[in-house]
Order: sequence, then C-alpha cells, then structure tokens
Amino acid sequence: MSGRIALAWMLPLAAALVFGVALSATLGYLDVSIPDVFAILFAKLHGQTMPAGIDPVAATVVADVRMPRILAAVLVGGLLGVSGAVFQAILLNPLADSYTLGISTGAAFGASLVIVLQIFGLVLPPGVTIPIFAFGGGAGTLAVVLFLAAGDRRLSSTSLILAGVIVAAILSAAIGFLKFLADEQVGLIVFWLMGSLAGASWANILLLAPAALAGTLVAVLYSRDLNIMATGDRAATSLGVNTVRLRLVLLAVATLMTALAVSVSGIIGFVGLIVPHMLRHLVGPDNRALIPLSFFIGGLLLLIADTLTRAVLPVEVPIGVLTALLGGPFFCFLFKKRQRDGATAF
Amino acid sequence: MAPPLSERNTENLWSLTGVHFGYNGTPVLRDVSLKLRAGQCTGILGPNGSGKTTLLDLLAGLQTPQAGTIEFLGRPLATWPKKQLARLLALVPQDFMVRFGFSVREVVEMGLHPHLHRFATPSEADRALIDRALAATGIAALADRPVTRLSGGEKQRVAVARALAQQPTVLLLDEATSNLDIHHSLELLHLIRDRFERQAMQVVAVMHDLNLAAFFCDHLIFLKEGQVICQGPTEEVLTPATIGTVYGVEAEVTANAFTNCRQVSFRLPAAL
Repeated sequence: MSGRIALAWMLPLAAALVFGVALSATLGYLDVSIPDVFAILFAKLHGQTMPAGIDPVAATVVADVRMPRILAAVLVGGLLGVSGAVFQAILLNPLADSYTLGISTGAAFGASLVIVLQIFGLVLPPGVTIPIFAFGGGAGTLAVVLFLAAGDRRLSSTSLILAGVIVAAILSAAIGFLKFLADEQVGLIVFWLMGSLAGASWANILLLAPAALAGTLVAVLYSRDLNIMATGDRAATSLGVNTVRLRLVLLAVATLMTALAVSVSGIIGFVGLIVPHMLRHLVGPDNRALIPLSFFIGGLLLLIADTLTRAVLPVEVPIGVLTALLGGPFFCFLFKKRQRDGATAF
Repeated sequence: MAPPLSERNTENLWSLTGVHFGYNGTPVLRDVSLKLRAGQCTGILGPNGSGKTTLLDLLAGLQTPQAGTIEFLGRPLATWPKKQLARLLALVPQDFMVRFGFSVREVVEMGLHPHLHRFATPSEADRALIDRALAATGIAALADRPVTRLSGGEKQRVAVARALAQQPTVLLLDEATSNLDIHHSLELLHLIRDRFERQAMQVVAVMHDLNLAAFFCDHLIFLKEGQVICQGPTEEVLTPATIGTVYGVEAEVTANAFTNCRQVSFRLPAAL
C-alpha cells in the first residue's frame, strides 16, 4: 500500500525535479533555452566539445555556475527534508527538526569557527575544513545532547528536546562571541548564517550526492521500525524493535545529513520542519512513503526558492531568510490549526 | 511459529528465581520466585504500586532484573534474540498511545513486523489475518480511520487486534480492559479466553478488577509491596483472607450462580 503510494508520487516528482532543474538553468541574467541546456550538459557529461551554435559563455555559465548551485539546492533541500522526517519520527514530535536538537546551531558554530580562524591567519582550505568542522559541531552537539538526556535511560523525546534547547542557547551565545571576534569581517559569518547557495561548487555536489543517497537509504531501511516507534517505546520493544539502537543510528545519520547540508549552504530553516509535515497531511504518516518523498519535495521546494532569489527577485535575498519568511507564517498557520483541531490532529 | 504448547500443558513458561528489580535504588520487586505454567490463564493482582506492571515488563524482557534469574521456555530470557521473542510474546500495554495519524489497519499490520523481512510486504494470507484480527475485536468498520481519532476503548481494541496479528504463543495483558465499559470488557476477555481454549494461546494478565479476574483467570498471583503474597488456582487463593492481606479490605467471596464464577464484595474494615 505505502509502496504504491510512494511510487505513484515518486515518478511524477522525479520528472518534475528534472524539468525544474532544466528550467532553472535557463533562468538568470543570460537567457538559455531548455534544449540548449540539455545540449550543454550532454556535451559536458560526455567530454565532447560544445556543438556549434551554442554561446561558449552560456555553456560555461550553465555548466560551471548555475548547475552546481541548482543541484546543491536540490540536494540540500532533500537532505533537510529527509533529516527532518527522521527527527520527527524519532522524537515523536511533528514540530521537531535539526533545530530542536540544536544540531544546526552546532554545525553553524563549527563553520563560523573556521571563518574566524581564517581571519586570525590560520591557513586552512575552507572547502574541506568547513564540512569537517560543521559535522564536528553537529555531532559534538548531538553527543552533548545525548549525554544530557541520557539520565533518562530510554532517551525520551521530552528530555532530548529540552537538552537540545539548552545546548542551542549556549551555542547561539558562542556564535555571538565569534561574530564579536570577527569584528569588521562579521559580514562573512552573518551572510553564511543566513544561508546561501551562491558559493556552491561541483566539489560540494560530489560530497552531498553520496551523502543524500546513503542517508536516505538507511532511513528507508529503518522506516517500518520508525512507524512502530510511533506507538510507544514499550510496545515497539515488544514487537522486536531495538529502540535504543534505532534512535542512536538514525540520530547519527540525520545529524550527518544536516551537518553536510549546513556546511554547504549555511543555515536554511523551515525546510526540514515543513516538508515532512506537509507530506503527512497529503500521503499519511507512513515513513516508508514519507521519507523518500521528503527528499523529492524538499529538493523541489529549495530549488524553487533558490531560483526565485537567484533569477527572479531583483536583489538576491539570502535563501535562509527567504525560506524563513515564507515558511514561518505557514508554520504559524499550522500551529494555530493544530490548536483548533486539538493536538491529535497530527 | 513456536512449537505448540497444547500438548505440553504442564510445562513452565517462565521460571523466576530470586528476582530483584528497582528504579534508581527504590526496590519495586523483591526476591520474587515464581513458576508460570502453560495451560492456564494466569492473572497478576495487587494494589497500586505493588509491582504488577514491572513484573510483566520483566516477563516480556523489556526490563532486566538487577538480581536473580528469569528463564523463558527453559532458556535464560536475556539470551533470547529480541526478534524471536517478539514472535512468541505479544504485549497489550495499558495506555496504547499512537503519535501521528496512522490508520487502524496500518497499526494492526505492525503486528506482522517480527514475522516479516525488512522489505517484505504482507501476503494475501497476512491480509486475511489482519482482517480476522480486525473483525474479532469488532473494529473492522474503523479500519481506515486515523487511530488518533479513536476513543480510549477503541484504541485499546486496536492494541489487542495488533497483538492477535502478532500470532503470539503467549499474550501479555497489562490492564487491557481498564479503558473499556463492562460490555466491551467481557467481549474482549471472552475473545481472548476463546483463543486460549481453542488455539492454546497462553495468557498472562495484569488485572485490576477482582471479579473480572475471577471470571477470566485459572491461576492467580497476588503481589504486595513487590513481593508475592500467595499464588495458586483461583478457587483456592481468591479468599477473603488473601484479599484482606493484600488490599486491606474486608471481603466476602461467594459462588455466584448467575455468572457461574466467584464473586467478590468488599468494604473498608470497620475502624477499631
């Protein structure tokens, strides 16, 4: 049943994603037609020279500037969507995502640290160090959060979220301190904290793509166990689900996914929260459908948002600001609706 | 499936020796030694906080004792793989809470989990099994409703349907009728009793209501303050003396011709 739902949605979504990528690649300062986009990519992928009739400048813009950014938008959106779905399923909380656990803030702290270290003259290749520090920050935060929550042996969602809020508050202050240290160059950190895909490169894609694939596969592999978790720890354990191991494995995977996304794009809020949430209303709560679909919808949404800010709006608004401005009110609406329908509406 | 127990009626399901258990240093069960046999519906009774649910959790392998040993079917409980245990034991929890709006059918289907491979989808036979479990518990009409929209009693029946779909050798009930009205309580207990008598599904039930226990259980275990006060066949141990010791009330136990089982009436002891 759920397999069929997932498939029925997945094929049109995959087609929409391919079309969206191609369409987005035509938009920008330079007009390029859809057939030309395909011709350029085909030629690039096969290492052939550009066919006659295609502007070499257009070829470079599409293949080396737009494409990495567009694919990064899709992958970051997908990573955030899937990690959001996993966090919500594990914490049994439809309002949870990487922020609730402080993981995004931890990853942002790690990345800000690299920026500040560079200002103080430490020479590090940012392409490698930012992802590593972001993951270090995210994983470190998760470790501290788990340690704080571990007094309660069953890792209940309340203690996890409380621990996440505490740690995130401390990290926010630490990021503030880094901003203070960065002094005149604070703009670098601020721009990055607001989220942007402007700097995405093919190297980023090579990092994000395998992570997105592997992470989504692991989450799908455990999706039936995740469903059973929704009926409570005791009932899940009696059905043979190893709840403690499931939580640890999936929290680690979702943290890794979030940290990699943050390392490329900075903080982009609300995608991980709203995508699984919206899907739950459309296809139901079954994680076997919800998790793969979260990847596609997350990717599609962030692609649309990034194309808006890159090519449609007169000024490039930081993407994190855009998603927060669009997602925030939507979230408020859901929150009020939840109160009206009673908390059981989810 | 596990080997049928019907021909081995006197065999021990569980055997507990000197079991201690506590939360954060507060003892809940103290020096419990018990044998739970197959071929009888066993009831666990006792006042609030006497350790009934904890004992059930220990039997289900959800908790491990801090001292003492528990054997299940002749083998230390801790050495049973969890998945295999889940094929033999099903638990109906007291408060069956489901987060997210899974449909009733989806929740009952979860009972197949220990029997299915990771990527397997339910077969025709599995689907028929789910339908029977839904019908037996009287919730077939609710199959497509989100379980979050059901009443407490309906949710409780979903939990029982899921446990039946799990095809367990032993069913563990934790005050499974506490949210049900008398009609649904009797219906549910009759259904489980029927599975016990016809299909040899073993039952261990934590019960609150002494009269329902008198009707449902062949064997009773009385707990008080974490210790076993007495145990034995219902007709031998369900006496005013036991009830007085365990609950601190004056009781009268009569054979009731109308219900054809023992009937308990009680009152607070007169102040001395």
